[in-house]
Amino acid sequence: MLSQRFLVGECLLMTCFPKTRVYFNDEKRIMSELTNGAATPVKLTRKDFVTDQEVRWCPGCGDYSILAAVQKVMPELGIPKEKIVFISGIGCSSRFPYYMNTYGFHTIHGRAPALATGVKAANPDLQVWVITGDGDSLSIGGNHFIHALRRNINLKIVLFNNRIYGLTKGQYSPTSELGKKNKSAPMGTIDYPINPLSLAFAAEATFVGRSMDTDPKHLSTMVEKLAAHKGSGVLEVYQNCNIFNDGAFKGFNERDVRDDRMLYLEHGKPLVFGKDKSKGIRLKGVTPEVVTIGENGVTVDDLLVHDENAPEPSLSYIIGRMEYPEYPVPMGIFRSVSKPTYEDMLTNQVESAVAAKGAGSLEKLINSGETWTIN
Amino acid sequence: MSATTLEDVISSKQVEELETVTIRFAGDSGDGMQVTGGQFTSTSAIIGNDISTLPDFPAEIRAPAGSLPGVSGYQLNFSSRDIRTPGDEPQVLVAMNPAALKTNLPDLEPGGILVVNTDEFNANNLKKAGYASNPIEDGSLTGYRLFKVPITSNTLKALENSALPFKQQDRCKNFYALGLMYWLYDRPMEPTVKWVNDKFGSKPEVADANIQVMRAGFNYADTTELFTTHYKVGKAKIKPGKYRNITGNEATAIGFIAGAQLTGRPLFYGSYPITPASDILHELSKHKNFGVKTFQAEDEIAAIGSAIGASFAGSIGLTGTSGPGVALKSEAIGLAVMTELPLVIIDVQRGGPSTGLPTKTEQADLLQAMFGRNSDCPVGIVAPSTPGDCFEMAIEAVKLATKYMAPVFYLSDGYIANGSEPWEIPSIESLPDLTVQFRTETEGFFPYLRDEKTLARPWAVPGTPGLEHRIGGIEKKHITGNVNYEPDNHDFMVRLRAEKIQRMQQDIPDIEIFGDKTGKVLVLGWGSTYGAITTAVEQLRDQGKSVSSAHLKYLNPFPKNLGEVLKSYETVIIPELNLGQLAMLIRAQFLVDAVSFSQVKGKPFKVSSLVNKIKEFL
Ligand SMILES: Cc1ncc(C[n+]2csc(CCOP(=O)(O)OP(=O)(O)O)c2C)c(N)n1
Ligand code: SF4
Ligand SMILES: [Mg+2]
Repeated sequence: MLSQRFLVGECLLMTCFPKTRVYFNDEKRIMSELTNGAATPVKLTRKDFVTDQEVRWCPGCGDYSILAAVQKVMPELGIPKEKIVFISGIGCSSRFPYYMNTYGFHTIHGRAPALATGVKAANPDLQVWVITGDGDSLSIGGNHFIHALRRNINLKIVLFNNRIYGLTKGQYSPTSELGKKNKSAPMGTIDYPINPLSLAFAAEATFVGRSMDTDPKHLSTMVEKLAAHKGSGVLEVYQNCNIFNDGAFKGFNERDVRDDRMLYLEHGKPLVFGKDKSKGIRLKGVTPEVVTIGENGVTVDDLLVHDENAPEPSLSYIIGRMEYPEYPVPMGIFRSVSKPTYEDMLTNQVESAVAAKGAGSLEKLINSGETWTIN
Repeated sequence: MSATTLEDVISSKQVEELETVTIRFAGDSGDGMQVTGGQFTSTSAIIGNDISTLPDFPAEIRAPAGSLPGVSGYQLNFSSRDIRTPGDEPQVLVAMNPAALKTNLPDLEPGGILVVNTDEFNANNLKKAGYASNPIEDGSLTGYRLFKVPITSNTLKALENSALPFKQQDRCKNFYALGLMYWLYDRPMEPTVKWVNDKFGSKPEVADANIQVMRAGFNYADTTELFTTHYKVGKAKIKPGKYRNITGNEATAIGFIAGAQLTGRPLFYGSYPITPASDILHELSKHKNFGVKTFQAEDEIAAIGSAIGASFAGSIGLTGTSGPGVALKSEAIGLAVMTELPLVIIDVQRGGPSTGLPTKTEQADLLQAMFGRNSDCPVGIVAPSTPGDCFEMAIEAVKLATKYMAPVFYLSDGYIANGSEPWEIPSIESLPDLTVQFRTETEGFFPYLRDEKTLARPWAVPGTPGLEHRIGGIEKKHITGNVNYEPDNHDFMVRLRAEKIQRMQQDIPDIEIFGDKTGKVLVLGWGSTYGAITTAVEQLRDQGKSVSSAHLKYLNPFPKNLGEVLKSYETVIIPELNLGQLAMLIRAQFLVDAVSFSQVKGKPFKVSSLVNKIKEFL
């Protein structure tokens, strides 16, 4: 089934874009590309990615663990650090690039995907990361977020979701829960929140994942997967702002309740959760339903099976909308599919234009059209 | 009854020699007036006239047929002498329908030639144009030399044997008008025949129909007794060289391709469609074989964001828009100023504020380019003065941006963007070498360590081993580029960024004087008013008046000698298509009591109105 889909994808591709190179999530191949095919990948350590700048987040902030996870994963990718660029918007989270000893660009509020698009389009050899907050990506930068995702340009977007505006000291954000009391909503917010994953599916992102700051192991794995994906990818990370929105994820992410209230997605496996793996998710029409295996005749075979490679994102969308307390909160990779990337198609157009017309000649260009000579 | 032979008619027609003629073709936006005008222009240029054109598009793409808002016009001035404007008032108006007559007649010179397509003067069209009675019958046009030609029916008659559907036959009528005018002004049809065959190569029946109709128009004028005289406009004394006709937007596009090539770096263009800048996007997207990458962004903010990203990555980052788009780009321009990356922002100005007059011209974004950002946020500003000059100024913009590592505004406008003129094609060898050098040396590298002469910081692009560094919009520590909030450092850096832009003066030529180095009046202009100002001053000088002119192509910083020049005249007059923006800058910077002469009608200055204004001070 899987290979058949790829085949179809490939055929279509070959007809539309005869020169487009087709990539699937073939990590080795991508890594060898990025390392310029170097036989022995560069040996780097976590320390190589640490800068001399003092980290300025509040003590206890969830951003620290995301930084740690990224710095841990980076050397494992085997990519020379000069080929890595971190681009951020504005917010506490967007300070991130200053702490990564790679190339970095701390841009303006909401616009990181736009800047990153220019960097990647200009030099597709670079591995380009976008660091953004919930306000940065979903409020002021909502438009760029959508369009970067729909273009399938290979940007690795890490969305730090603390459900608050941290840097401006505690106003509600587009992901703040309805009724939440904070600086700009003393009587509680009356804005319905947006689900970042729903938006990512709607925008046709080819990689959609979720993790959280308090689970470093899972977080590192997700960062690795995002790094390996070729195409537009977004990883939402639940991040605690212990100053302005402490405990935003309380109730489901504490160690003792986590297993019962969260669900770790695994590709090709049924949606099962609970300390003793006794619970699962079944579909009733298009509505998910929490069931207990063994009760009322429910067996594992009745459960929804997760397919992160499904070409059609509808099931992932349904899973992505499950929220606590009605449902367990899903974590992991919701979607990971392949299609031609923007940068490859762009490179391809340049190459085919050169093939068809020859490399541009300035002489010819300025002398084109109707010309005449005055003696 | 004695039969009149063809020869009799031809021999009976007189030929008169004229120096300069201004024609306006006007019709419905679906009537193909831009093609007609464009063809007349190319042919006139090829046979050696000097030319200048002014297309006038309606804001609506397809306003209802026959309506006043749907009228599209194309004016061109052709001459046997050196000309610089499309002419104040047309001497000839071709009106394809009543609406075109209604909107354009007020501009036609008294006694001018008026050719109308009588077939379109029916009750319905007259009503749409708001005529109570038919102007071509009621005697109201007696002040003009009226020629009534059934253009539509003659076109259909010429295509009697054509298999084309009626609608397509009808669409050929602009070529009938073109044929008439070719006869009237004694132009050859061959260049247009060639153009039509190239253009409709895949549809020979369409090509043939257009050519047939053009010939029919030509022969009609030649053989009927309607026209008794035709005119010759001789060759102009044009500087020897190889020429092509070029619009400002074309020259802008190829100028930036050239500029990037001269630096040795690929061009990246991020843009969001907007009139009158979109043609630059269209043109650049055709030239991917130059390594040009065009990106149609989701909005103007993303457009400039992508260009800044591309510059950071080592491309020549270019973004283009019109005034409303510049407003959206402001914050990002500030980012480019702070991060000191090369960037060019094209603003093809149009009438404003807000959506304003999208298809009309204005020069009212000068202060927006100069100051339209938070804080002290200086950028370089250049402005081409004619369609052909766009090529050179595009290269200049790239030069200043890359040499000084700074954003540079390129202020064109709707008039030069769509207007055209013969452009002397430069030799490649005459173009400057703008090769850029990326920093690669790791020893002693600091992102904000500067070149002593230009104050430019190094361009160290991602991918370069050992130069990993971070930049951003937060204030930078001098030299290290680290985030820094110290009061003295900020004061220093604000001044330094201003000083860096000021130093661009080192690479800006002195302003030239047209006329005498001292005298009664200096007319100072910038941008697209060059042609009208120079023509007005030339006319007055021919009358022995003490008036000179100077034209600014660099507006920030100003040329070094500008202060001296301003002091050398009793009065400085600054004509602008805005309410006095350059005048404000000149008064502020040089304490000169300059006289502002402004007009904001969405149209270029008329030479006559400039002449009248200048006379007040002579
Ligand atoms: C144009 C603009 N508007 C407003 C701001 C102020 N501002 C800075 S960060 C921010 C919100 C940040 O929230 P989020 O993106 O969630 O990041 P966090 O600080 O929570 O990590 C705002 C409103 C700004 N810097 N620029
Ligand atoms: S305000 Fe919140 S998000 Fe910002 S650094 Fe402090 S804890 Fe972190
Ligand atoms: Mg936030």
